[in-house]
Amino acid sequence: MRAPFKFVTASLTAATVLGLALAQGNQPVIGLITKTETNPFFVKMKEGAQKQASALGAKLMTAAGKTDGDNASQVTAIENMVAAGAKTILITPSEPKAIIPAIQKAQAQGVQVIALDSPTDPQSAVNALFATDNFKAGVLIGQYAKAAGFSGNKVAKIAMLDLSPGPLVGIARHNGFLAGFGIKGITAKTATLATAPQVVCAQDTYGDQAKGQTAMENCLQKNPDINLVYTINEPAAFGAYQALKTAGREKDVMIVSVDGGCAGVRGVQSGQIAATSQQYPLKMAALGVVAGVNYAKSGKKASGYTDTGVTLITNKAVQGVSSKDAKFGLANCWGQ
Amino acid sequence: MTNPNPKSLTVPPQRGSLRERLPSLTVLGPLLALILASAFFATQSDRFLTGQNFSLILQQVMVVGVLAIGQTLIILTAGIDLSNGVIMALGSMVMTKFAVEAGVNPYLAVLCGLLTTTFFGLLNGLLITRIKLPPFIVTLGMYNIAFALTQLYSNAQTVTGLPAPLTFFGNTFRVGNTAISYGTVLMLVLYFVTWFVLTHTAPGRHVYAVGNNPEAARLTGIPTQRVLLLVYTIAGLIYGIAALLLVSRTGVGDPNAGQTENLESITAVVLGGTSLFGGRGMLFGTLLGALIVGVFRNGLTLMGVSSVYQILITGILVILAVATDQLSRRKT
Repeated sequence: MRAPFKFVTASLTAATVLGLALAQGNQPVIGLITKTETNPFFVKMKEGAQKQASALGAKLMTAAGKTDGDNASQVTAIENMVAAGAKTILITPSEPKAIIPAIQKAQAQGVQVIALDSPTDPQSAVNALFATDNFKAGVLIGQYAKAAGFSGNKVAKIAMLDLSPGPLVGIARHNGFLAGFGIKGITAKTATLATAPQVVCAQDTYGDQAKGQTAMENCLQKNPDINLVYTINEPAAFGAYQALKTAGREKDVMIVSVDGGCAGVRGVQSGQIAATSQQYPLKMAALGVVAGVNYAKSGKKASGYTDTGVTLITNKAVQGVSSKDAKFGLANCWGQ
Repeated sequence: MTNPNPKSLTVPPQRGSLRERLPSLTVLGPLLALILASAFFATQSDRFLTGQNFSLILQQVMVVGVLAIGQTLIILTAGIDLSNGVIMALGSMVMTKFAVEAGVNPYLAVLCGLLTTTFFGLLNGLLITRIKLPPFIVTLGMYNIAFALTQLYSNAQTVTGLPAPLTFFGNTFRVGNTAISYGTVLMLVLYFVTWFVLTHTAPGRHVYAVGNNPEAARLTGIPTQRVLLLVYTIAGLIYGIAALLLVSRTGVGDPNAGQTENLESITAVVLGGTSLFGGRGMLFGTLLGALIVGVFRNGLTLMGVSSVYQILITGILVILAVATDQLSRRKT
């Protein structure tokens, strides 16, 4: 059983590598590894990369983990792409630390590795990072919430629907929101989830609508006076809205979020979400492909951090916080 | 290879000595755990012990609670189903996409969703009984198949703007100050009906017998393969009902739903004292098992504790539950 199986695998691998090597010719090969195949954010990122690669005459290979946090699949993908002759690999690391040895191995073979969307830990493990400034994304909605509803004497009672323990993205958005809201002593360097007297409840949602709903229900049970809700992303925001609606509180509680997917922007349009910070996966991918083609042509690697931008989307603009309306948001959103 | 733990054919005791009539530790365990946890949280938060809060917990566990009915039936036959959550997700996508995007009558759309999940249950059952594949493998494969089909069919996109009939079970009615959702009532009715069939009808008793000792059951004239096929098919239908509850509760068709519910439903069954080795267990224990998880999630939030502790405690309770089952088995 075992020997023929090995033989088949080996020949398949050899044939794939050979086939790819023959097919590529002088075409630069760029690999894109996302966290999952199914998240609309990554679907859009893949689309953007494909479009840019076609425009520049590059060949794009893609791969993804099975679930968020599936490091093993990403490692395998890196190895396969290096074997297939990719000279640049773009990756949204699922595990910021655990992926590093695989990245270093690829780099040792002359491969340029660029992180998209999420940094590695340390960030310097990759050649460059193209991503949203998540702290700034949080700051924007914090500032907005303060100016739109809590600049006077009204006391804020905040529920924070977070991502999950660990990921830097979740910590950056959470802390950014509190800093933007005016809580002292929180900076982009604060390494753990900060808290404040105004925060009456904090729960993990894993960015999932159903879990967001359950978390909000329990938070309302804990403190019925909650009047401001921070959510890690829009699915969690919709879950929170559903819970508030059931409790008859959807009119007098403000929900702010981060992400800017098309469904989320429509939530802003309909008034379910007061404001959201929109990020741009398409741009991350396009910049990544350009950097890959540059490296193939000139041998010059990209470096440092490139902020791909974040825009506050709301239909009720407030003074002192710059924002765009939902129409702009819909024209620039990802997903459906 | 000798079987170290031969099973005897014991249909659950109906009448007998006092010792047999007293509820065993596996029955009392989950109830005790639920009461102790509730008592503890009641001392920690004055918001815990209210009708509204319990209604809330019931609403939060109703989807897993209903999935776990199907899972209990399957585990009673000494099987397991790893595909229930994603089959539910597929059913919910069929319901929502048919109703919203294909313009199908909402009731018909729900029926199509139920038929889809029932079909997948039947498929599981056929592979297990006709080709004699182990349930673990069949449902593991089906997990991947149903998940992939859901993603392909939905293009990984959420469906919103559901018509009212699809969200009916998320609505509530009032009893005093407590708002109770219709979905919760449906879940309790399902538990009652399934319990009645399991304990008061011949096919129900056959489920226990098949799980306890399939060979002995076959020799006594029970059509074991047909019982198994029926169990997996009915479980599929139950997953369809869970799909309807899911879309009612969240108000959307979510292609990424259901990916962890397989393990959550197994957790509820095990916490409820049903033996993973088949043939022993109480359906209402499963409801208690689901409630225990819900109570910890709710109570720890009220206390302001991180939800990671809920996962920790659930893990400890699962091991305790299985250990209790093993120890009580050794005595008999």
